[in-house]
Amino acid sequence: MSFRKIKAETVTETVRKLFMDCNYYIGDDIMNALKSARETEQSEVGKSVLSQIIENDEIAAAEEIPLCQDTGMAVLFVEYGDKVCIDGDFEQAVQEGVRRAYDEGYLRKSVVDDPVFDRVNTKDNTPAIIHTKIVKGDKIKITAGGKGFGSENMSAVKMLTPSYGVEGVKQFILDTVRAAGPNPCPPIVVGVGIGGTFERCAQLAKKATFRRIDTHNPDERYASLEDELLAEINKMGFGPAGLGGNTSALAVNIETSPTHIAGMPVAVNICCHAARHKSAEI
Amino acid sequence: MKRITLPLTDEQISTLKAGDSVLLTGTMITGRDAAHKRLFELCEKGEELPVDIKGETIYYVGPAPAKPGYAVGPAGPTSSYRMDKYAPTLLDLGLKGMVGKGARNSEVIDAIVRNHAVYFAAIGGAAALIAKSIKKTEPICYEDLGTESVRRYYVEDFPCVVAIDAEGNNVYSY
Repeated sequence: MSFRKIKAETVTETVRKLFMDCNYYIGDDIMNALKSARETEQSEVGKSVLSQIIENDEIAAAEEIPLCQDTGMAVLFVEYGDKVCIDGDFEQAVQEGVRRAYDEGYLRKSVVDDPVFDRVNTKDNTPAIIHTKIVKGDKIKITAGGKGFGSENMSAVKMLTPSYGVEGVKQFILDTVRAAGPNPCPPIVVGVGIGGTFERCAQLAKKATFRRIDTHNPDERYASLEDELLAEINKMGFGPAGLGGNTSALAVNIETSPTHIAGMPVAVNICCHAARHKSAEI
Repeated sequence: MKRITLPLTDEQISTLKAGDSVLLTGTMITGRDAAHKRLFELCEKGEELPVDIKGETIYYVGPAPAKPGYAVGPAGPTSSYRMDKYAPTLLDLGLKGMVGKGARNSEVIDAIVRNHAVYFAAIGGAAALIAKSIKKTEPICYEDLGTESVRRYYVEDFPCVVAIDAEGNNVYSY
């Protein structure tokens, strides 16, 4: 059995670039959605806000500065090939990449060491949250994103049970979005995880926010649920920046997983319009 | 679009109505979660604050670091509701304006009306654009808090919307 050797430094440099790039350059899927929303937005204030967000994202890319001051907590989804051999410590290599990006890229360091008592800033935005999945092959695929907490704070998990059915799922998602209201920097991207266990559905919801918003769930039942929920959310009236309008969300992305006979957990991870993520393969 | 100079006067505040788009020019101070907690604790102990907030406008912001050649890094508003616990106390001490994003609770709205103050909303996530209107910054206190330290900003044509006016009218009622 042969292994492919990958230098730890290559991992570090890849991670560094991903975090700088995702904070400077908004994805073309988001930019396209913002531009079409500007055409369909009915409120004048809403149109003006969308224009300012588009201008903001263009300035950030042109000047290579973060498009939002909350450059987020660093989150990575890693698909790690089982034929890969790293000449060092993979975890440390990733953390070093995050450290370099946030230092050299003029990104804000927003992580505190202890959540309750000390709350002292770690000053390098580590530790990052790393979700690793072992897959077949000799490559490493990394999807990285900076997750802002204005929207993270508006997210929720609920352990629904089977009798709630699809109506219960819809209601929980819409209730969570309605409670968030103007706070999570609309127009938002709604990531939904359904199934698995308590922690798996939350992880799926995060993964859903990292999916391009010009895609649908491959199962057409969930794809139409995505469309239906998006239409419902856009009737809520929050609009861009919460100042009123019919563009409250850009997309609803749903990811699912098999679950227990007694359960139907649902997680809703809300992301602001600065839905930042980039991928690379080593 | 109304042009407003800071510090705010009572007469100016009376002309502002929820929903008005305004451009702010003048000086404001900054402060968010950690600085508010410290200021609030001093107020509770009846001690003097390290910054005179009477007549001031406070911007809820924690900017990204400035690249060389920039006066400030990207500096958009943070969610205001996290300051709701502290805001009424600061308003009762003479704070006149707040700049942030998102809804406020009824205690804050009552304190705005009681003190003839105003709450402005800036566009969340428009940090690179907003930073263009911040011309100069200088430290005031709590420098150990880094991005959360209290600073003085000199702004020109800083874009925002009157979200809650002195009569308690609220743009976030749908």
